[in-house]
Amino acid sequence: MTTASADAPGHDDDHGHGHDHPKHLAHHFDTLEQQFGSSKLGMWAFLLTEVLFFSGLFVAYATLRANNSEVFSYASSFLDTKWGAINTVVLLISSFTAAMSVRNAQLGETSKLKRNLIITLICAGGFMGIKYVEYSHKWHAGLLPPGLENSMFNPETPWIPEAGHHDTDYLNLQRDTMDMAPAERVHFMTTLGRFFGVYFFLTGLHGVHVLIGMGVISWLILRTSRGEFGPDNFTAVDLVALYWHLVDLVWIFLFPLLYLIA
Amino acid sequence: MINLVPHLLAFQQSSSEQTPEGSLFFPPKASNFAAESDWLYNFIFWVSTIAFALTIIATVYFVLRYRKSVAPEPQPSPTHSTKLEVIWSVIPSIFLVIMFWKGFELFVDYRKVPAGAYQIQASGVKWKWTFRYPTGAESDVLHVPMGEPVEILITSKDVLHSVFIPAFRVKQDAVPGRYTKLWFEATMPGTFPLYCTEYCGKDHSAMNTTTVVHETRGEFEEWLKGALNPYEGMTPVQSGELAYTRRGCNACHSNDGSANTAPSFQGLMGATREFEDGTSLVADENYILESITNPKAKVVKGFQPVMLPNGGQDLSDEERDFLVAYINSLQAN
Amino acid sequence: MTNTTPDVHYLNCDKGFKSWFWTLDHKRLGLMYMWSVIAAFILGGIFALLVRMELMQPNMGIEENAALYGWSKELGPANLYNHFFTLHGAIMVFLVIIPGIPAALGNFALPMMLGAKDVAYPKLNRFSYHLWLSGAIFFVLALVTKGLDTGWTFYAPYSLETDTAVVFATTGAFILGFSSIFTGLNMLVTIHKLRPDGMTWFKMPLFLWAIYATAIIQILATPVIGIALLMLTIERVLGVGIFDPTLGGDPVLFEHIFWFYSHPAVYVMVLPAMGVVSELLANFSRKPIFGYRSIAFSSVAIAIFSFIVWGHHMFVSGQSDLVNVVFSALTFSVAVPSAIKVFNWIATLYKGSISLDTPMWYALSVIWLFGIGGLTGLWLGTLGTDIHLHDTYFVVAHFHFVMVGSAIFAFIGGVFYWWPKMYGVMYNETVAKTGTAIAFIGFNLTFLPQFVAGSKGMPRRYFDYAEEFASYNFWSSIGAMTLGVGLVIALYALLKSLMGERKAAPANPWGAVTLDWQCTSPPPPHNFDHAPPVDGPYDHELVRWNEDLQGYEPVDPVDGDPNLARMGSAKLA
Repeated sequence: MTTASADAPGHDDDHGHGHDHPKHLAHHFDTLEQQFGSSKLGMWAFLLTEVLFFSGLFVAYATLRANNSEVFSYASSFLDTKWGAINTVVLLISSFTAAMSVRNAQLGETSKLKRNLIITLICAGGFMGIKYVEYSHKWHAGLLPPGLENSMFNPETPWIPEAGHHDTDYLNLQRDTMDMAPAERVHFMTTLGRFFGVYFFLTGLHGVHVLIGMGVISWLILRTSRGEFGPDNFTAVDLVALYWHLVDLVWIFLFPLLYLIA
Repeated sequence: MINLVPHLLAFQQSSSEQTPEGSLFFPPKASNFAAESDWLYNFIFWVSTIAFALTIIATVYFVLRYRKSVAPEPQPSPTHSTKLEVIWSVIPSIFLVIMFWKGFELFVDYRKVPAGAYQIQASGVKWKWTFRYPTGAESDVLHVPMGEPVEILITSKDVLHSVFIPAFRVKQDAVPGRYTKLWFEATMPGTFPLYCTEYCGKDHSAMNTTTVVHETRGEFEEWLKGALNPYEGMTPVQSGELAYTRRGCNACHSNDGSANTAPSFQGLMGATREFEDGTSLVADENYILESITNPKAKVVKGFQPVMLPNGGQDLSDEERDFLVAYINSLQAN
Repeated sequence: MTNTTPDVHYLNCDKGFKSWFWTLDHKRLGLMYMWSVIAAFILGGIFALLVRMELMQPNMGIEENAALYGWSKELGPANLYNHFFTLHGAIMVFLVIIPGIPAALGNFALPMMLGAKDVAYPKLNRFSYHLWLSGAIFFVLALVTKGLDTGWTFYAPYSLETDTAVVFATTGAFILGFSSIFTGLNMLVTIHKLRPDGMTWFKMPLFLWAIYATAIIQILATPVIGIALLMLTIERVLGVGIFDPTLGGDPVLFEHIFWFYSHPAVYVMVLPAMGVVSELLANFSRKPIFGYRSIAFSSVAIAIFSFIVWGHHMFVSGQSDLVNVVFSALTFSVAVPSAIKVFNWIATLYKGSISLDTPMWYALSVIWLFGIGGLTGLWLGTLGTDIHLHDTYFVVAHFHFVMVGSAIFAFIGGVFYWWPKMYGVMYNETVAKTGTAIAFIGFNLTFLPQFVAGSKGMPRRYFDYAEEFASYNFWSSIGAMTLGVGLVIALYALLKSLMGERKAAPANPWGAVTLDWQCTSPPPPHNFDHAPPVDGPYDHELVRWNEDLQGYEPVDPVDGDPNLARMGSAKLA
């Protein structure tokens, strides 16, 4: 009750300004165009914020890679390019269906809109599924940030996988570092660990964004089922699609920077 | 409150007779940079003071002249004047360019270490400085010869620190994992404070020491000879006591049984130690040696494993023996 | 007589805790921000006084301190002092100064200055405030659990190894960052999209320009500290090796990313303050602001330059010499637009008709305080002198003149300016001015001696110091207490106006012609039925003093509505 009334005083119905007021127009806007323009501008500003948010991490990546470029390209070979490439395609498809759903909403094609949103959601889920496969492999193989206890890069107590169980990476590493002096090897291993630290951080933050995206897409599907979207009300679909393209775009940068530098 | 009064009179009083006095705004001018740095400071001071005085005089005059009781209505006046605005943009800009340029020139001097400068390594660890000289001598007070360029190569063993010698007008951060440097040429004999100016935790404000400037190279060399083996002619226990302070053990371990960041040394030998992992043992020489070289092996109950391996520093084998002897001598009361 | 307090206004249209907590009304949110910020300011101020008490005299050992202040001996005065200055800095920066003017005064005044009913996104606005509250809760958690001793800068690697509540504090600052981003976003879109017909960009009041420039910084810089703090938190919890040198990380990288935000953040604090001062000087001189366009453009210029000068916080950090030189040169570029603003303000006073009401006292104080704060920046931007002065009390004094002397004084000035609009009451001018004068004297006494202590070589963040710095610190501590007394009197003047016999405020007590003064005091819930007609924001001849109202009234009312002035074509000589 109180919530509604805090909102209500400015609403036109209470004051009867006389000019007709479309259903989706909030009380403090004069026209739908103004409202749509505001939403769009705000979303673009928010996307700028997101870009800057990720940029800090990219700067950290660039600094670490510049200081250890050879180790980073070696470390990259431990990532599975196949899964990375599949995920790229999956996200590109989802971006396409997200773009299509905006079109559907504008044209009032509710069933197509719903279908495209569901495909987008499935793609996002598939992306996270593949990420889970990749993460769990690395978790069990000890390819983790050096500060973690079960990381084989931990400088103080390096973790060693049990024989025969996820130890291929470990054995490869042993082979490649055989000729190194002990001190050099410790340094090499810590640096490798740093790559995985950055890998988990970058992809993890991106993954959080995918999860948030899945949340809002589900919310759009729910609203579509209620038949809320149409030619005069498609702002939410438009904004979510914009957000989804950004999530896609970030991955487009992450994929080569992490997987393809070997 | 009564004991505050003397401090009001302390203005301009120096705490040590050896330390030459500074002026109203500055510490003593004791290095090659001091005169130029202070000149630039004064230059900016006078430019700023004049600019500030003009703006404040104008403000006060306008407020008095045009206050409402005198000027009930505003009088017509221009709302902008391109000419005026260009003037008050360009004139300050000229001064700014001069300031930047003079600062840049001085900075080049600060960074251009003369060839053949005498090189001293400075290393910060919470909360102590160690200076290492080319002969292998070490000290916790910086000793330098007068009239010779000296380069200090700085690093840190743990967190950020910063070397600051106000009398020399030099400062440089100590960053773990890399070396930074500064240089100067002392121009005045005496003892000058050296501060840590990058916040480094609990005893940041106690992480200060002094710089001793020796008037002649001979004097400096003589000190250097004595510093080469500080333990000469001492018993192991005396040496251990010296190592205890020289190597900064005293920052965390007390020698009188009082509580600190780490267990006290007093009464340690022969006592039963209980560890975080539930085990316990009676402290002997081997336990102490292990705790010096590998402090995280056995962590005493109730303490954090914050000590760095090997005591955070490169102790010599000899020094470890001295420390064991010293701890052995600190029996419980 | 419509010009008196209306029966139904935004304060009494709805009652109860929920009606405030869940409100979407920008005015209510503005008020809640204001009181929250004031509460945080009092908390931060208490820590400041504790810092100054400790520093009042040198050589205070553990025993003496414990006896004098009843502090826990185990914790030790050094530790406790480190907590005090850290919490003082963190609270003042993240909870007080950054949201102070943009979120509190901006929220209250900005939509009304646009003749709008609300900001563009009222729900996001409420969300920002709830984020502020959550961030504040995390700070309180840090305070009551293990405290915080990293300094507000959270420099690695110390922040990675201290056992204090760093994660609570960084989480709090992270959340507060997003509160600030969403406020900025809201203000930016509101200014772009909700300007009424006739209000072109160059007919906006300068406060709006300032908030607009601030919003740019909030949107572009704040996410960077968000990610920096997130990286620090992850580094602390997981050990990634980005900043931690024992894992091969680079602590200087943290400094870079931190200052990439935190330098522009200084302008998040100062730009809105400059906007407030521009409004006050023009309205209390009853003259259009001198050089409107250069003030407007200088705000935007400062916002842009602020992104490329962060390296001047790191002249002795070990970054490369070339980088130092470039950042020093760029730093001087910010000095010019700042100087232009001050000169324009002074020219505005020329041939005006100056009323010395309380807000004007604050505006004039800011000219003095910002003058000193800005000019002392020159020593620190100059490479040759910064090496000596870096991380000394000179720096402490410099940024307090800018952040407190300018931002806080302008904030308080703004509160006194809009107070009649907020609550529909007038405060006692004599009491209010007494507070201003005492605070002004106290402030100068606190921080002027610190410049000397700094150039004599006293490092910052020291809980104890050499004898030679004793007198400066003694007077500084006396000044801090004086400043505290002044601020308490100012607060008393405000609170007193709400109690006992209230003196009702007219719609337009100061004779300003910006739109926020064209609705009643306090405003109705929806501000305006229709956006009022607009022309220049500083055409003071459109209103005249009315003795009966004890306020200003339009010379030529619109449609017989005595609250609305007709601007534009009907301008009278």
